[in-house]
Amino acid sequence: MSERQVEKTATLKLRGQVYTVPAGLRIREAIQHIGLTPESYLPVRDGELVPDDERLKPGDEIRLVAVISGG
Amino acid sequence: MRRCKKCGAPAVIYMRQHRLGLCKAHYLEWFVEQTERTIRRYRMFRRDEKLLVAVSGGKDSLAVWDVLWRLGYQADGLYIALGIDGGIGYSAESQRLAEKFAQERGLTLHIVDIPGEYGLGIPELARRSRRGKGKPCSVCGLVKRHEMNRMAHDMGYDVLVTGHNLDDEVAVLFGNVLQWQMGYIVRQGPVLPEEPGFARKAKPLVRFYERETAAYALLRGIEYIYDECPFAQGAKSIYYKELLNRLEEERPGAKLQFYVNFLKAKEEGWFRDPREAAGPVQVVLHRCESCGQPTTAPGKCAFCRLMDQVGAQAQASRT
Repeated sequence: MSERQVEKTATLKLRGQVYTVPAGLRIREAIQHIGLTPESYLPVRDGELVPDDERLKPGDEIRLVAVISGG
Repeated sequence: MRRCKKCGAPAVIYMRQHRLGLCKAHYLEWFVEQTERTIRRYRMFRRDEKLLVAVSGGKDSLAVWDVLWRLGYQADGLYIALGIDGGIGYSAESQRLAEKFAQERGLTLHIVDIPGEYGLGIPELARRSRRGKGKPCSVCGLVKRHEMNRMAHDMGYDVLVTGHNLDDEVAVLFGNVLQWQMGYIVRQGPVLPEEPGFARKAKPLVRFYERETAAYALLRGIEYIYDECPFAQGAKSIYYKELLNRLEEERPGAKLQFYVNFLKAKEEGWFRDPREAAGPVQVVLHRCESCGQPTTAPGKCAFCRLMDQVGAQAQASRT
C-alpha cells in the first residue's frame, strides 16, 4: 500500500484479521462497511475504549472486541 | 468528539438507547449504580442474604461478581469445571481466570470438578447419552443447573446469582415467542422465586446490553475468557442475538423496549398460566430418590437418569 493510500485509510482488526477502511467514516459505519453489525463489537484504540460514533482518522488502528457470547 | 454527559471529559462509550455518553470513571460508577437499582427494583436480594454467584470465567459472570463485591454484598463464587478442551484448553483457562479474579479480591470461590466428581466431562457425557443429538449444550445445561442447585442448597446460600444480560434474556424471549412456548414465557423474569429445595435465582445485569457488560469488564481491567465455548458455534441463541443486534442498529432501544414491555405486560397479568384461573398453581415436587433434589416426576431426577444412562452405557461398552 502506498503512503498516500495509508494517509486516507484506517484499519480495523478482529481476531487476527485486518480490514482496511476509508478514513473519515464513523467507526460504526466502518464496521458496517466490512459487513459486520456494530452493535456486536466494541472498538478499542491504543488500548482505550472509544465511542463508535467517532470518526476514523487516517492511520487509525482500531481493535474490535466481539461482545456476543452464549450457547 | 463525544463528551461525557456528567463531566464533559472525552467519552469512552455512547449508549444510543439511553442517548448517553460517559467517560471511563462515570461509566464504571453508572454501571454499579444501575445494578443496585435493578437489584432493588426487582427485589432480588438483601445485604444480609448469602449469595452464590455462578462464575464461568466470562465477562458477564465476573462483572456481576465484581459489582456485588463493590456494593458490599456477601457473594461467594461457584465455578463448575466442565472438562471442555476444544483444542484451546477452554475449561482450564476459564478456571484459571475465575481463580485469579477471586484471589485478587480475596473472595471465596467454590469449584466443582465434573470429570473428578462423575468420572466424565461434558463432551463425553453428551456422547454417551441420548440427549442433545450430538450437541453437548443440553447435557451441559442440565449438569450445571443440578450442580448449582446442589451447591446452593448444601452450602446454605439464599440466592443463586447469574450474569445474564439483557441480550441473553431477549434472545431467549425471542426464541420462545417464535415458538409461542407459553410455559417458558410465563416463567421468564429477572428473579425466579425460591421453592422448596430450590434457591432463589437472580440476574442483576438483566437491564444491560451485552456490549455494556463487556465494556464494564474491559474498563475495569477484568481478564475474562474471550474465546467462545467450542460447542457454542452455530448456537441458536447466538444467531438470535445477531438478528436482534441488526434490528437494534436500525431502531436503537428496540431490545430494551422488547424486554421491558414484556416484563410490564407480565406484571399487568397479560401472561398467566391458564391453570391459575382455578386458584394458585401448586407444582407438585417430589424428592429424587437418588440425590434428594426436587423433581417434577416421582422417581429419579433428569440428572440422575442421565448418570444412570451413561453409567449403563459405559458398563455395556466394557463387556
